Amino acid sequence: MDAILFYILAFLAVAGGLLMVSLKNPLSGAFSLILSLCSLAGLFAMLHAEFVFILQILVYAGAIMVLVIFTIMLLNLKTEELQEAPVGWMRAILTAVLCAAAAFGAIQIFGHVQPQAIQVAPDFGSMETVGRSMLSDFVYPFEVISLILLVAIVGVVLLAKKVI
Amino acid sequence: MGTIGIHHYLYLSAILFFIGAFGVLFRRNLLVILMSIELMLNAVNLSFIAFARHNGTTDGHVAAFFVMALAAAEAGIGLAILVMVFRNRTSVQADDLTLMRD
Amino acid sequence: MPGLLDIVIIVLKAVFIFGFALTLLPLLIWFERKGSAFIQDRAGPNRAGIFGVRLAGFIHNISDVVKLLMKEMMIPPQVNRTYFMIAPILGFTFILTAFAVIPWADHYVIGGRDISMQVADMNCGILYILAITSLNVFGIVLAGWSSNNKFALMGGLRSTAQMISYEIPLGLAVVGIFMVFQSAQLNEIVRGQGQLLFGFLPRWGVFVQPLGAILFIVAAFAETNRNPFDLPEGESEIVAGYHVEYSGMRFALFYMGEYAAIVLSSAMIATLFFGGWQIPYAPTDTIIAHAALWLKVMLAGGALGGLAFAGLMFAWTKRIRGRFGDMREHEGPILGTLSLLAGVLFTFFFVKSLGLHALPDWGARTVALVAQISAFAVKVLFWCWVFIWVRWSLPRFRYDQLMRLGWKNMIPLAFVNIAVTAVVLVLLKR
Repeated sequence: MDAILFYILAFLAVAGGLLMVSLKNPLSGAFSLILSLCSLAGLFAMLHAEFVFILQILVYAGAIMVLVIFTIMLLNLKTEELQEAPVGWMRAILTAVLCAAAAFGAIQIFGHVQPQAIQVAPDFGSMETVGRSMLSDFVYPFEVISLILLVAIVGVVLLAKKVI
Repeated sequence: MGTIGIHHYLYLSAILFFIGAFGVLFRRNLLVILMSIELMLNAVNLSFIAFARHNGTTDGHVAAFFVMALAAAEAGIGLAILVMVFRNRTSVQADDLTLMRD
Repeated sequence: MPGLLDIVIIVLKAVFIFGFALTLLPLLIWFERKGSAFIQDRAGPNRAGIFGVRLAGFIHNISDVVKLLMKEMMIPPQVNRTYFMIAPILGFTFILTAFAVIPWADHYVIGGRDISMQVADMNCGILYILAITSLNVFGIVLAGWSSNNKFALMGGLRSTAQMISYEIPLGLAVVGIFMVFQSAQLNEIVRGQGQLLFGFLPRWGVFVQPLGAILFIVAAFAETNRNPFDLPEGESEIVAGYHVEYSGMRFALFYMGEYAAIVLSSAMIATLFFGGWQIPYAPTDTIIAHAALWLKVMLAGGALGGLAFAGLMFAWTKRIRGRFGDMREHEGPILGTLSLLAGVLFTFFFVKSLGLHALPDWGARTVALVAQISAFAVKVLFWCWVFIWVRWSLPRFRYDQLMRLGWKNMIPLAFVNIAVTAVVLVLLKR
């Protein structure tokens, strides 16, 4: 049951990614990416990460991709007429799988992963646990992130202004 | 097949990362490059969460949260730059941004 | 792996929610037409009828449905076909999935099994609703883009910008609720609203977080693209905006999606700020302890309601005697007789129940369940009526006024709300 769900979600994620890098229409690419992001959210939920699952849908699929699609609509970006260097599906899949195998081989040789997963409490990954950890162990990066977001907001407004 | 261990998730994360890297390297459309970067960041998120589950700590979740926040900031700025580029060159192909080439 | 009975229970809950939301749609459409007519001092639709039975305009819904089903679902030649066809589906489906986390009553303990009255009792229930609200934008974006029509594109862009701008005050307004009720699970939040504040006020969200309630309600109006925020789809402004190219059942999906969003927003407001399924001054344990009394009160209420409605119908019949010459004169007596029968049935059960002093445990819990579901339904209907009332009372915002309100007025107010709530909570803990 777990295995079936994992393989379906993994297939959707990889398919979404491949479609995104190979489709010419940027809007179709954006929607493939949304499919990939939602499948990844499902995988997060399978890994008992409830908070990150909701955040993935809320932030990534719901906000960032809306921004991308909004930009596509605003700039009226159509399918590219210019013929790029054609990279086909097979080449894409082959390259990705080979590189992944190489990376994973490197992990196996040089890395160390303990064989058994640790049993976790039922509220592992809930909003409370993650929030508690974030505001006690990781409070400094938390504050820095809020500063980064502030700088990003100001930067975007300034960059997009026609007359400063 | 059978039980899904951490290796499955790591493989998937590596594949997605390299699909994203492929998109960044071989596509010319700035928007697709941006979206491929997002895909790479998501692959890294998956790796973080998988290890968090494997090791039983929520540090990976916190890291994934920060990666998401950073990705949002970076996507915003990237799109703002894209809009500016479009305003000046009326094209979002990386091939057309050749002003500084000799 | 959940057992078969668990799956059946979940399916039943989903069917119930689906049925409630979809049955409420024609009622809301009728409400809107007749209510707006009442506000504007006119008669409203009263012509469509089946063999002369007009039911004060309710038959118009049926004729609308038939019309929309029979109309040609034309796809204009210049549109992008795939996205054109997907957009209404996206616009309607996501809203229905958001109903999964809304609690209809407290946990129902029967036969050793604890059934929660939500389809999915998620740990971060509110965040799920916010996530679905942010996914709603896609239906509109796709509809505007794929129509290949400048008005549709403008409407779609404006609506998208409006919806994503008002997601922020929507989310910030519930942060105060998180802080006060210490949980993001919707059932826990509703349960926390059962206590008393200052001894006499029920601890509803609107009393502990008045500013948050106002912000949430206004943001909910903006999220559902509803007047006074309906510039993107106003007929006189932008030729119906993003759904100008749609016809037939596709348009019906958009239309239904809008009303489903109204029901969802009303349910959210009722759950978060107005006590959800809580009956004021009567938390679940009180009802279970006095279940026999509650049963008698509910039956008496049903009897009185039925008899009163029957009386009303007969008085109405007497008043319009001879005015029309057709079936409308008979509607009164028929409805009156039906409700008289219902009233008599309720009275009969009431008289039979006068002898009851204690109910078995499952009976007490069922009484509590029915009472709470009814309370929730009443609150949702009240807020749906408020949505309709506001639409026909306020003028529309201009686009720049709308954006300024969202970004420059509501977001700072939301931040002030969070800060003040935090300070008050810390002071109260001492």
